[in-house]
Amino acid sequence: MRHGQPTQTVVMGASWGGLNAYTTILSALPEDFPAAILLVQHQHASAENRLPWLLARYCALPVIAPEDKEPILPGHIYVAPPGYHMLVDSDETVAFSVGRPVHFSRPAIDELFFSAATVYGSRLTGVILTGANEDGAAGCEYIQRRGGLTIAQSPVSSEAPVMPEAAIKTGAISRVLDLERIGPFLAEHLSG
Amino acid sequence: MEPVMPIDDDQVNVEEVEIRLLLEAIYQLYGYDFRSYSRASMRRRIMHRLTMSGFSTIMEMTDRVLRDRQFFVTLLNDLTVNVTEMYRDPEFYRAFREEVIPVLKTFPFIKIWHAGCSTGEEIYSMAILLEEEGLYERAMIYATDIDKNVLATAKKGIYSIEAVKQYADNYRRAGGRNSLSDYFTARYDSVIMEQRLKRNIVFADHDLATDQVFGEMHVILCRNVLIYFDRALQERVIRLFSDSLDMGGFLCLGTKESLRFSGHDEAFDVVNKPLRIFRKRQFQHHA
Repeated sequence: MRHGQPTQTVVMGASWGGLNAYTTILSALPEDFPAAILLVQHQHASAENRLPWLLARYCALPVIAPEDKEPILPGHIYVAPPGYHMLVDSDETVAFSVGRPVHFSRPAIDELFFSAATVYGSRLTGVILTGANEDGAAGCEYIQRRGGLTIAQSPVSSEAPVMPEAAIKTGAISRVLDLERIGPFLAEHLSG
Repeated sequence: MEPVMPIDDDQVNVEEVEIRLLLEAIYQLYGYDFRSYSRASMRRRIMHRLTMSGFSTIMEMTDRVLRDRQFFVTLLNDLTVNVTEMYRDPEFYRAFREEVIPVLKTFPFIKIWHAGCSTGEEIYSMAILLEEEGLYERAMIYATDIDKNVLATAKKGIYSIEAVKQYADNYRRAGGRNSLSDYFTARYDSVIMEQRLKRNIVFADHDLATDQVFGEMHVILCRNVLIYFDRALQERVIRLFSDSLDMGGFLCLGTKESLRFSGHDEAFDVVNKPLRIFRKRQFQHHA
């Protein structure tokens, strides 16, 4: 960790094509990656919660299927379960909600991004990935207004470009990166 | 491009104070106590209403809440998440049938408390399950919720036919023995649950944040309610449940809810871990 830098947290959101995006990014992160990562993958509510297990196979960091009130720890990856919004609470624990779907999705990327930006402010990095709807765009705007860093997967490297394009269109994206660059960028930027 | 107005920590702190004042106003004026709810999800729902109704600050909305009961009812509907379905998480009901029912069959009578029953879909799910297992006659179901409006819906037992069509699949996956349509009568585009299912159900309003013990229950179901509470309130409610349960009574929580962080996990044995079925220990060990 960079000397004197406060702990960073990363939130990521993906929809169509997300599994490939996540495995590419997470496999590029070193064992001593210092930030907590919370991620949302749009999936059907009745889907089995296999994503944490799948991602763990590609990743040197511990992948958690969190329970309500789970403490958010550096160097751990928290995967939103199907059927629930995953949020960050003020005491840096995981919170869930079965409130109305947002952009037809539960979990929704915006729910995670807004709540995390409220708590972490400038200590947050938001990453919006491949997808076929506009979830996460408003969340990226809010992350930027709170002083956080925002990254979008380049539309050309996205299986479905709508989601990163919508985020880029808000003007609130700090960096547009090809998929292969995102993992190394996070490793470099957050490990220092 | 419009210049982006930053929202610094000071502004977030101001909003925190505004949220606290709003929740205090609601409590003092209308008696609903949301003060110890999970702040992340409260904030999201308050902000949703703020945007929908076009207020510029939470204080402005609070002013409206103080003077306009009709608006408060709208906000209340946002704050209490009333998302439910018949046989929600069908595998839970299947496990209940296989792992809890055999124990209940050995009891002369069965008292079940469903805390946070919302519009009642899960109450009728349980009533049907008990009837199919031949236990309904011996059972009493106490169905409670903080919100009187949803209780009125629960009591009526009238649901849209579209929704019920989707529940048929849940019912089958939950191990239902018949056809879900055996338990309601369809009229136009809605269905009404059979009157006989309501005989042993008592509906009552109860606020887990402020109200007291419900005595000597054999089963307490409280699924996807605790996720909206902060840790202190969760602790209070788990203690309330523990005090309301008979020795060996069952506690059923939502699939992401945990006793791990409540400080009371030692009072319970795990019956089914992934589906969150617990059982109050027969003998308590005092440290």
